[in-house]
Amino acid sequence: MMASSYNAKDEDGHITVSGPGGGTLKNKKPDNTAFKQQRLPAWQPILTAGTVLPAFFIIGLIFIPIGIGLYVTSNNIKELEIDYTGVDMSSPCFNCSQNFSWNSTRPCTCTIPFYLEQAFESNVFMYYGLSNFYQNHRRYVKSRDDSQLNGDIEALLNPSKECEPYARNENKPIAPCGAIANSMFNDTLELFYIDPNGTKIQIPLMKKGIAWWTDKHVKFRNPGGNNPNLTAVFQGTTKPVNWRKPVYELDTDSENNGFINEDFIVWMRTAALPTFRKLYRIIQKKNSMIPTLPRGNYTLEVVYNYPVGSFEGRKRMILSTISWMGGKNPFLGIAYITVGSICFFLGVVLLIIHHKYGNRNNSADITN
Amino acid sequence: MCVCVCVCARARMCTLHSSLSHMQCVGEENWVDSRTIYIGHKEPPPGTEAYIPQRFPDNRIVSSKYTFWNFIPKNLFEQFRRVANFYFLIIFLVQLIIDTPTSPVTSGLPLFFVITVTAIKQGYEDWLRHKADNAVNQCPVHVVQHGKVVRKQSRKLRVGDVVLVKENETFPCDLILLSSSRDDGTCYVTTASLDGESSHKTYYAVQDTKAYNREEEVDSIQATIECEQPQPDLYKFVGRINIYMNNEPVARPLGSENLLLRGATLKNTEYIYAVAIYTGMETKMALNYQSKSQKRSAVEKSMNAYLVVYLCILISKAFINTVLKYVWQADPNRDEPWYNERTEAERQRHIVIRAFTDFLAFMVLFNYIIPVSMYVTVEMQKFLGSYFIMWDDEMFDEELGEHAVVNTSDLNEELGQVEYVFTDKTGTLTENNMEFIECCVDGHVYVPHAICNGQVMPGADSMDMIDSSPGPGARESEELFFRALCLCHTVQVKEEETVDGIKQGIHQGKATSFYISSSPDEVALVEGMKRLGFTYLRLKDSHMEILNREDEIERFELLEVLTFDSVRRRMSVIVRDTTGELYLFCKGADSSIFPRVISGKVDQVRARVEHNAVEGLRTLCVAYRQLSPEQYQEVCHLLSGAKLALQDRDKKLAEAYDLIEKDLILLGATAVEDRLQEKAADTIESLHKAGMKVWVLTGDKMETAAATCYASKLFRRSTQILELTTKRLEEQSLHDVLFDLSRTVLRQHGGMTRDNLSGLSGDYNDYGLIIDGATLSAVLKPTQEDSNSGNYKEIFLEICRNCSAVLCCRMAPLQKAQIVKLIKASKEHPITLAIGDGANDVSMILEAHVGIGIMGKEGRQAARNSDYAIPKFKHLKKMLLVHGHYYYIRISELVQYFFYKNVCFIFPQFLYQFFCGFSQQPLYDTAYLTLYNISFTSLPILLYSLMEQHINMDILKKDPSLYRDIAKNCLLRWPIFIYWTFLGVYDAIVMFFGAYFLFDNTTFTSNGQMFGNWTFGTLVFTVLVFTVTFKLALDTHYWTWINHFVIWGSLIFFVVFSLLWGGIIWPFLNYQRMYYVFMQMLSSGPAWLSIILLITASLLPDVVKKVLWRSLWPTTTERIQVCTSADIHVHLMYRHSCIHYLGTRAHFSNSTSLELCHHNSGAQM
Repeated sequence: MMASSYNAKDEDGHITVSGPGGGTLKNKKPDNTAFKQQRLPAWQPILTAGTVLPAFFIIGLIFIPIGIGLYVTSNNIKELEIDYTGVDMSSPCFNCSQNFSWNSTRPCTCTIPFYLEQAFESNVFMYYGLSNFYQNHRRYVKSRDDSQLNGDIEALLNPSKECEPYARNENKPIAPCGAIANSMFNDTLELFYIDPNGTKIQIPLMKKGIAWWTDKHVKFRNPGGNNPNLTAVFQGTTKPVNWRKPVYELDTDSENNGFINEDFIVWMRTAALPTFRKLYRIIQKKNSMIPTLPRGNYTLEVVYNYPVGSFEGRKRMILSTISWMGGKNPFLGIAYITVGSICFFLGVVLLIIHHKYGNRNNSADITN
Repeated sequence: MCVCVCVCARARMCTLHSSLSHMQCVGEENWVDSRTIYIGHKEPPPGTEAYIPQRFPDNRIVSSKYTFWNFIPKNLFEQFRRVANFYFLIIFLVQLIIDTPTSPVTSGLPLFFVITVTAIKQGYEDWLRHKADNAVNQCPVHVVQHGKVVRKQSRKLRVGDVVLVKENETFPCDLILLSSSRDDGTCYVTTASLDGESSHKTYYAVQDTKAYNREEEVDSIQATIECEQPQPDLYKFVGRINIYMNNEPVARPLGSENLLLRGATLKNTEYIYAVAIYTGMETKMALNYQSKSQKRSAVEKSMNAYLVVYLCILISKAFINTVLKYVWQADPNRDEPWYNERTEAERQRHIVIRAFTDFLAFMVLFNYIIPVSMYVTVEMQKFLGSYFIMWDDEMFDEELGEHAVVNTSDLNEELGQVEYVFTDKTGTLTENNMEFIECCVDGHVYVPHAICNGQVMPGADSMDMIDSSPGPGARESEELFFRALCLCHTVQVKEEETVDGIKQGIHQGKATSFYISSSPDEVALVEGMKRLGFTYLRLKDSHMEILNREDEIERFELLEVLTFDSVRRRMSVIVRDTTGELYLFCKGADSSIFPRVISGKVDQVRARVEHNAVEGLRTLCVAYRQLSPEQYQEVCHLLSGAKLALQDRDKKLAEAYDLIEKDLILLGATAVEDRLQEKAADTIESLHKAGMKVWVLTGDKMETAAATCYASKLFRRSTQILELTTKRLEEQSLHDVLFDLSRTVLRQHGGMTRDNLSGLSGDYNDYGLIIDGATLSAVLKPTQEDSNSGNYKEIFLEICRNCSAVLCCRMAPLQKAQIVKLIKASKEHPITLAIGDGANDVSMILEAHVGIGIMGKEGRQAARNSDYAIPKFKHLKKMLLVHGHYYYIRISELVQYFFYKNVCFIFPQFLYQFFCGFSQQPLYDTAYLTLYNISFTSLPILLYSLMEQHINMDILKKDPSLYRDIAKNCLLRWPIFIYWTFLGVYDAIVMFFGAYFLFDNTTFTSNGQMFGNWTFGTLVFTVLVFTVTFKLALDTHYWTWINHFVIWGSLIFFVVFSLLWGGIIWPFLNYQRMYYVFMQMLSSGPAWLSIILLITASLLPDVVKKVLWRSLWPTTTERIQVCTSADIHVHLMYRHSCIHYLGTRAHFSNSTSLELCHHNSGAQM
């Protein structure tokens, strides 16, 4: 019949439950299983001073040495940072930064001399850094077409609307489309060592290995498969508005040209914060005897193309060695030491409390 | 008004509507209040009054809510009526319409998930209903048409059809019995599936048609029935049948004794003919299955309050960000630097529209702070959790073969919050298993062991007794008394199910027959009479047969039964003996009999009654009156007049009864014992210790009830009893009494009120209050002339608040509900629980926050209307102390944790806006945003909220005072909520800035390559998932393999998912931003180190706080946890010290319960 077992009517979508028994079934003795009787065997830990104390000391004892290790490692990393924006009148790049125009044909070059006080022993990584540049702006981040970058012909000719307003120019699809690609960093940085006797030696800069392997080999692909003739492949597209040359002329090396140009890939990985650096070149150590960059005078020659003045940005060149933990960053070491110390300190405090109040509680038990 | 009239014109519609509109209709126009039915669809002879033809529904039962076609729209509509669902729908639509940071999938998918799960559940339930409906609607019924019996599908039955029902068949609709196979026109029916009463009830055919018990005869009946429109009360029915014999109408009354209800089953009767009057959805059964009003728990209220807070936070966050965005963007080079230009369309949009879109976009970005999955999780927790109550072995009763039943799982946690328990006495505290103890006739006391003569009870010396061999006069009245008891009842004799059914039984031997009645008292009395020598045999052809002491059968013609009701508190029968003498026998409560007695040994009987009442026995008085034939005629006239009335029949009947039952001669009194239920005292004591105030509400007389209260330890020896009874009011005015009492109570409590508030000082100043129904109504009655009357309520409440136990006797059912309502509405708004077993408890069960029904002997109405039904009163202890406690702890952690984890989740996104130019850039990938709540962090908390046991259940049962630790919604107070929120904010800050400083203008890979914003988000998210899961792990006290499985399983799932999600170029996605991000991150050592560091730093404050609170301000709960983990035997010692310790604390510090609670709960977090 229309029994009570489905009075689960609910007015506002609230779930109400009617028991499976419905109240009229007889002899439905519940199963006597541990689960149904809520008597499953269980481990019942409790956080008391007694149990937490050793943990705190152990954490302290582990974290502090790790922190010291990290800190020391970070301190051993050598880093040199040169701001070449040219805001100052005295700055060599001042002229370049002032006389900027997008369609100037003659590149502006400036030379910044600097002195390296300590030799850089191991491989040196050369970064460019930008400040106040919002690569993580939402409009900017999404302004790309991953299908196009993955070599999809369809997307090459019909860029996603996410790329707007950098999707089409003069009725031709832009390749690569989008704001990110359009604003690719295009300063050229070159490094010269000034011999003690005055000769200027150009330091060889490696431009491969700066992008993620998976990006270079999987995520970014030139359209048209392995067709070496990129000019033909990109037929029917136009270069991004702000670019001087089309994408298929980024490099002469066909392994580093088009969408798989590593400078381009590096730029396409949008930075997390408005002040960021990106890997530019690697200076490989050649000889175990000679430091990669010996002590002495150097000059940095910049082909100044990239305007940052309008948004009060800064441009930097950074030379850094790298340890297993990456670049110079004392934060992790300090944080470890701090947390370790706090744990240790809390351990001591808890020990005192445990002694004082734990005893009181125990004595209360005994007297009762 | 106009609408209502229209509705009224369609009477059918009207009744289908809610009872409210129904009543409005009744008030306006009376004619629609009744319906006219032509039996067999035969038009009445011309000349009868015209009537408005009405349309009745067919006999289709529709309990389902949806049809195949309207399921999707209707279900969606119902679901989106919920505020939360609607909110998410709005968010989803906003995402669809405007350009928002996150794809619509992120909120659409969880919403879709939630809606789908609910829809599937409701759809399945509805499918079951459809199946049941179809089975019912298609089952065959036999209908008499043109003198032939025809088979029809049940749903095709119409009002006015004459139906043939055979033995053991279920009635297909509500029917008026016309005739039966029995000569006397009766039939037996069991209503077990309606109200759970398995006893056979007798129904009567209409006197004038009972002879027509063959199909062609039935078909010749020409009659119309006028009756009221359907109403849900199963036990009320008024109607009138007009039978046209030779075109001359004869009107007969119809009452509920003629009405066979759908759902009941025909028993012990070969077949019956009956006419359908209410069909389909208008049957009383269908009207009764309409849903009850929803009760909401305190936790749900807190949850909604938190939601409002979070909504405010959300809006202010969005607002702040929007404002900051426009401040920041004031510089056009920031707003639109050369590298990041707007499209032309965007540029042209008006600034106001742009700002508004931005605001909405921020809302969308932060909307996860209001957790969509919380509602689903809470509901799943409640739904699944309630199974533990049903499965509980200890709440299974072997005798009844019943386990506890959960009718609404919405209130599970409310069981842990009860402050007031209102309990019925009979059948709840007591067994309702009556045993006849003694009777007293004119001062002679008879106990059933004595075979024939009166025997003086040894303990009755104080009474003015007549010698033990009564004279002939006394003997006469003694026999009259016994006969009175044998006749004045509504007991039926039921034969054992023998092969030949009814023919056997009584004649074969008395052992095979037993008595059945809706009132156990009557059975006890009739059985007691049997032992005293007078055996009631049966009712046959309106004659009651009694086997007297000389083994002779005496026959009395039963003329009228003036049935029992709880207002009159008595019943009467009018019989005619073989010599033609007419007697009225009346039996009832002493208070309702004594005022109507004109002679008899009133004083002696009264003394005995009072003596028995003090002993805790239930007493009834018996009186009689001899009627002259003229008086009988008058009585008949009165009764038939009242019975034929269509309107206010009950009122008129009551008036008639009142006139008839007067000038009585007292015969004597009976005493019946109702034993206490097993462990009732222990349960009450536990409830007391748990800080609950127990009120006993009973219709019984004060002395009996008080005795039961002493026996059940509700009142102890030390309890000081305050009386607020009619007796006292005779001496003093209500005003004075109230002020007296309140002065007594307050003087004692005086300076110590604060301590008392802490609820720990149960030892001293133990007051018990006794109040009776009459006084109560005087207290509650608002009178205009006395301006102080408003204060009476307050004073009364004040007195009650200071009493640990209250006994309310002489209560009418509605008064019970009134009391509950009064307490509910008092200024502390305490959580109330009502428990009862009978129909008279239903009102209070429905009124209280939590209603518990006992599956008792007086039918199942209470159990059916309750939120939870348990077999015995003793099960209440486990229900509250263990299940309630657990559910409360579980759900409060669930709620707090849900808000916490979403603060952790969303606050970093908020912080990130400060570093991305307020551009609504999401920190996490879409997949993470979507799956965080529905898969990475949902199962551990769900399983926690099902499995957690912070203390072993045996200890909870042994130590009821632990219940106080969670009183007053302690774990969901604002301070705790704020603590959790701050913990969430702290964790979010640690996670975000930890990642920030790690990323700050440097690299942390060993190959010098850089990470982007998605790695940043993934790092934060990884820390987040681990932190919130570990936080839950730290809170878990009860690690079963299931907890291990889901906690570690969720983390593993997260890692595996992330590896997979980043491991493949997903062809269906138009972006590949997560490609290899997770793997690259894990390939860096500092990332690992920072994950470990940030998790540690996030969890540290909570751990420290827990440990500190536990050592400095431990709660009872925590002390016991420590003890049990150390050594279970120490537990008792510890317990004493805890209580002692807390007690002294309460004395010396000025802390109130609130503060204590704060500490307790603080440590629970």
